[in-house]
Amino acid sequence: MTAQRPDPAGAWHRFAASRVNLSALAVVLFFAVLALAAGVVAPHWQREVAVANAPPGIVGPAPAPAPVGLAPGHPVSRLDISAVDPLAPLYDEWSRRAAAIHNEQPVLAATRPWGADREGRDVFAKAVQGTRVSIGVGVLSALLATLIGTLLGACAGFAGGWVDDALEWLYSVFTSVPGILLVFTFAALLTHKGSPVPKGVPTLILILGLVGWPGIYRLVRAEFLKHVGRDYVRAAEAMGAGPARRMFRHILPNTSHVVLVQLSGHVVGFIKSEVILSFLGLGVEVDEVSWGSMLAESQSELILGHWWQLAAATAMMAVFVTAFSFLTDGLRDALDPKLRGVA
Amino acid sequence: MSGDDAVVGTPPLLSIEGLRVFFRAAVRAPRKRWAAPSSLDAHGGRVGHSPALGALDTSRWQAVGGEQGVSLVVPENSTVALVGESGSGKSVTAMSILNLLPANAVREGRILFQGQDLVTAAPAALRAIRGRRIACVFQDPMSSLNPVLTIGRQLCEPLILHQGLSPRQALAQAEALLAEVRLSDPAQRLKRYPHQLSGGQQQRVMIAMAMACQPQLLIADEPTTALDVTVQREILALLARLKVQHRMSMLFISHDLGVVAEVADHVVVMRHGEVREHGPAAQVLRAPADAYTRALLACRTSLQSGAARLQTLDAVQPPAAPSPLPPDPEAPVVLAVQDLRQHYWVRRGLWGRTPFHALGGAAPGEGVSFALRRGGTLGVVGESGSGKTTLGMTLLRLPGRGAAPYEGQVLFKGRELRSLRHAELPAWRRQMQVVFQNPYASLNPRMSIRDALLEPMRLHRLHGGGIAEQEAHVRALLDKVGLATSALDKYPHEFSGGQRQRIAIARCLTLQPEVLVLDEAVSALDISVQAQVLNLLKDLQAELGLAYVFISHDLSVVRFMADEVMVMQGGRVVEQGPTGPIWASPSHPYSRQLLAAVPRLAV
Repeated sequence: MTAQRPDPAGAWHRFAASRVNLSALAVVLFFAVLALAAGVVAPHWQREVAVANAPPGIVGPAPAPAPVGLAPGHPVSRLDISAVDPLAPLYDEWSRRAAAIHNEQPVLAATRPWGADREGRDVFAKAVQGTRVSIGVGVLSALLATLIGTLLGACAGFAGGWVDDALEWLYSVFTSVPGILLVFTFAALLTHKGSPVPKGVPTLILILGLVGWPGIYRLVRAEFLKHVGRDYVRAAEAMGAGPARRMFRHILPNTSHVVLVQLSGHVVGFIKSEVILSFLGLGVEVDEVSWGSMLAESQSELILGHWWQLAAATAMMAVFVTAFSFLTDGLRDALDPKLRGVA
Repeated sequence: MSGDDAVVGTPPLLSIEGLRVFFRAAVRAPRKRWAAPSSLDAHGGRVGHSPALGALDTSRWQAVGGEQGVSLVVPENSTVALVGESGSGKSVTAMSILNLLPANAVREGRILFQGQDLVTAAPAALRAIRGRRIACVFQDPMSSLNPVLTIGRQLCEPLILHQGLSPRQALAQAEALLAEVRLSDPAQRLKRYPHQLSGGQQQRVMIAMAMACQPQLLIADEPTTALDVTVQREILALLARLKVQHRMSMLFISHDLGVVAEVADHVVVMRHGEVREHGPAAQVLRAPADAYTRALLACRTSLQSGAARLQTLDAVQPPAAPSPLPPDPEAPVVLAVQDLRQHYWVRRGLWGRTPFHALGGAAPGEGVSFALRRGGTLGVVGESGSGKTTLGMTLLRLPGRGAAPYEGQVLFKGRELRSLRHAELPAWRRQMQVVFQNPYASLNPRMSIRDALLEPMRLHRLHGGGIAEQEAHVRALLDKVGLATSALDKYPHEFSGGQRQRIAIARCLTLQPEVLVLDEAVSALDISVQAQVLNLLKDLQAELGLAYVFISHDLSVVRFMADEVMVMQGGRVVEQGPTGPIWASPSHPYSRQLLAAVPRLAV
C-alpha cells in the first residue's frame, strides 16, 4: 500500500542530489567530530614538544643560531692554576658525583608537521583544540540568536498591534546601544559573582546570542508581515487553523530561506566576534585556546616571519566557514520545492 | 490560410515571417512569465510538455513557432489582435518584435518593419525604433510606472532624451499629451505620483507615454485586463480614437474575445505557440474555421442565456447536461444576513483613528441583507472598491487587520455568529469555506498537495482521525475535481492555474462545508479553464447541495452561476433580485452602466 509512503521527492533527496551539498555536509560533520573528539586527538596541547617557533615539516628545521663566543680556531691558552686553587682536590670527586646523577632533558623536536608556537606547543594540537571552542561558540551562539530573532520576529509580524509595537521598541533599544557596550553590559550581568552561568565558553555563547538577534528579528518580522496577509494563510484560518499553527506550520517554512542565510552569516560573524572578545578579556579563559586566540598570538609572530600559526587558524576557519555556507545554501534550496528538478 | 485579401494593395507596416523563438536552457528555471514549459501549459487536465512545445533539443526549448513558425502581417492603419490563452505564445511573439525578451531567448525567422529586418538589426538600431516608431503599453500600469517619480518627470524624460526638447518644452508637450488621453486637469496631474491616480488614469498615462514620439505601431499587451469594465470601455475608446487620429497601427494582445471583437480589424488566434487561424475579425469571430477558435467561442459565458453548463475545450461530445435543477424555494435558509455593516479603523496621526466604512454606511439600515438557501447561489457584482470582497471576508469572520466588529446580524443556520464562543469557532469554520481569486497565492508553496488536503481533516479530526480513511477521502476528492492521484506528492507550483483552483476547491470540500464563498474564484483563469471550473462548481452544487456566495466583477459569469444577484457600488447595494430579470432590465443606472460596458461579440 502506498498510503504511508514517504514523500519520494523530499527535502533530503533534493539535498543529496548535489555533490557540493554532500561534500559540504561531510566537511561540517568532520569538523563537528573533530570538535567533540578534541580531548582525544590533542589532549596535551599545552605541552612543550618542540623548540620555540619550530617551523612546519615542509620548511625544515630553523638554522641553528650562530654560536656565541670566540670563533673556532682561536688559540686558547689554558692556564694551569691547580697549584693555587683551593678547590682543586674536590674536582674529581665532584665530577664523579655528577656522573652518577642522571639528568634527562626532553628532546625538543626541531620541526612539527604544522609547526610550533613561541612556547613550543604543537600548532596542530592547538588548532584542533581551537576547533572545539570556535565552532562551539560560533554555531551555538548563532543558533541562539536565530532562535530568539525568529521567535520574536514571528510574534511581531504575525500578531501586529501592541505586540509588534512592544517588540519594535525592544529592538530599537537594542540597536540604539553601540554593540560593544551591549556586550560589556551582558558580560557584566553574566560574570558577576553568583551568576548561574559558568564562566568561559557558556557565557560567551549567551552574550553573543543575546546581542546578535535584532538583525534576524527585523528580517523575519518583515517576512511574516508579508506572508500574514497572503491568501494561503487566510485559507488556513478559514479552515480553523489556530495562530501557532499558522505561524509555524504555514508561514515559517516560507521564510526558511531568510533564516538559513542569516544563520550561516552569523556563524561566521560570531567566530570572528569571539576573537575580539577574547582579545578584550571577555572571551575564552587563558588556559583555553581558540582560533581567535591563535590569530591574536600570530600577530606578534608574523613580524618574526613565523607564519604557520596564522596559516593553520586561517585555513581551518576558511574551510569550515565555506563548507557551512554551502551547507546552508544547499539546505535553503532543498527546502524550496520550486527548485525541485532544476539542476 | 493565406494572407488576408484586405492587405494585398497596401504594403504592410510589419510582417512577421516564420518566426520561431527558443529559450536556451538556463541553469535555473526562469521565473514567472517565461517560465518552464510545464507551467506555461495552463490548460486544465494535464501538466507537462504539450506536443508543440516539446523540445527535441535538450539545450533549448521552443516557446513559439512550432515547425513552420509564426507568420502574421500588420497593415498600415489597422488593428491586429493576437488572441490566445496563457501559454499560447502571444506575448512572446509580440515582445520578440522589439526583442524585449529575456537574455536567453533566440529568435529565428524574419520580422520586417518597413522593410527592415528586426531579427538581425543591431542593438543600436533596435533602440532607435523602440519607443519612437514602435511603442508598448503593458497590462499592469502600476508596475510599469516608477512609484517614486512624478508623472511629469516620467513623461518628460523620453521627450528630452528622444526628441531633444528643452525641459520647458517637454513639460508643455507632456501636458498636451495628458490632455490628448483625456485626463482632466493635466497640469496638476503632472505633479502627482502614480499611487495618487486610479488604475484607469495610470493606464492613460502609460498610453500618453507611448504616444509621446508618435509611433507608427503600438503594441498593447492586455492593456485593459487589470481594469474594471467601465474603465476598460473608456480605455478601448481612447485607443481607437488615437489610432484613427495618428494613423497608426496597433498590435493588440488579449485573451478576451469580447474586447477583441470591439477593437480588431484582423484576428490571429494562437495556441501552444502556433497560429491556429487568422483573418478579418468578422470572419474569424462569426464563422471560425478552426476547431480551437470554435471551442474558444463556445466556452464563453454569456450575458443573455442561462445555460445549464458551459462547453469546454476538450469535450468532444456535447456536455452531458444534468437537467438544470431550479433552486428549491423551500430549501432551508443556511445563511441569513440582516443589515450587515463593517468598518475599519484607519490610523490618523500618532493616536487618532477614523472609521472607514467598507461595507454599508455608518447608520443602521444602510447595510447588506440577504438570505441564502441550501443549494442556492448569491451573486455579488461590483467594481473594485465596491465592498464585495469585504462582504465575503466579513461573512467568514476574516475581516483582516484594523477591522471593527461587524454590525447587523449574520445568522448561520439560525445561530448568530457573534454569539459563537471562541471554542466553537473551529467547528463553525468547518461549515463555511472560501476559495480565493488567485490560485497562485491561496496554496502554501511549501506544502505538498497531500499535506494541504490532509491538514484540514487532521485539524478537525474527521473520519475518526484515521490517516488511511482520510487519505482515501482525499483521493476520492481529487477524482471528483478531475485531478489524478499522482498530484498528491507534487507541490503547488507544478500545477497550472486551473488545476490549482481545483485543488483549492478540493481543500474546501475536505471539510464538507455547507456554504462556499467564492471570491473571484475564476477571474484569474483562462476562458476554457474557467468553463471547466464553473461546470465543476455547478456539478458539486447539484451533488452536495452547497450554497455559494459568488463574488465576481464579471457579469456574464455571475449570470451563469447565480440565481440571485446583488449589485454593489461604494459599499452599498444598489440593486438586488433574481438574476434573469435584473440582467434583462436593470432598474438602477449603475447596473445599466455596468451591463452596457461589458464587451460582447456581436454575433
